[in-house]
Amino acid sequence: MFPLGFFPYIIGGILIGVGVSFIYIVTGLHATQSSFFDTTISFFSKRPYFLQKQYLDSRGWRITFAVGVILGAFIYTITLAAEGFFTTSVEWWRLAIGGFLVGFGTRLSKGCTSGHGISGLASLSTTSLFAVLTFITVGILTALVIQSLGVFP
Amino acid sequence: MKSKHVFVFIGGIFFGFGLAFGGMSKQEIVLSFLQLKDLGLLLLLGGSALVTALTINIVPKVLKKPILGGVFKKRTRTLTKRTIIGAIIFGVGWGISGLCPGSAMASLGIGNLPALIGIAGMFLGAYVMGRYFT
Repeated sequence: MFPLGFFPYIIGGILIGVGVSFIYIVTGLHATQSSFFDTTISFFSKRPYFLQKQYLDSRGWRITFAVGVILGAFIYTITLAAEGFFTTSVEWWRLAIGGFLVGFGTRLSKGCTSGHGISGLASLSTTSLFAVLTFITVGILTALVIQSLGVFP
Repeated sequence: MKSKHVFVFIGGIFFGFGLAFGGMSKQEIVLSFLQLKDLGLLLLLGGSALVTALTINIVPKVLKKPILGGVFKKRTRTLTKRTIIGAIIFGVGWGISGLCPGSAMASLGIGNLPALIGIAGMFLGAYVMGRYFT
């Protein structure tokens, strides 16, 4: 069930919660991830959907947040990661197709693992609870089917 | 309001550090959860949601407003068919790739450049959703 132990997951989760909490206490904002795609597209698209006010208002800090997330993972890698930098062995076509569906689905659902999963559940939202149960169940079923087809990892 | 960005940036560093510390920047570890070999992702998600829940539900009762001013935003989402259909599509993509938006960003920080393919896919998917399905 937990071949790598509990420790990295619990500490990692607490650190993520501290980051989200810090931003909330100081700014009142919910630091979530998937809106970043829509708000960043607003710099390039003239479609009214992407130019809605809440996207224009948040597109600056969402880029700042994304850069912070990248830097935080980089700091971990150069300080604590025993194995150093990492490259996935998941094939490019899985990343491309999966990425497309993740972008489409999270924006249709208006939330992802952080939006529905962390901020939504923390806000005691039943909408987010249903979304989380759905994407975890479907994610598990999909991964098991892919694995049964002999595609690894 | 420039100071806002400094604090969002610091919070983002904690977020990315925690994701990487918890292994979620590696698609292999996310997939090992989805293949039910390692349930650690639930501990990470539960831990982060618990800490955030304590903050969101207690701090606004103690502080009238955020330290930099403004208001404590409520995150409101109405349950619609789109919520669930979107979550199903996201789940399929997650199960195929082991990628989600936050973990893909953190993946860049651990030097995992193939994650860029996934991020490009996410931008395209978000664009197609916003362009043709709204």
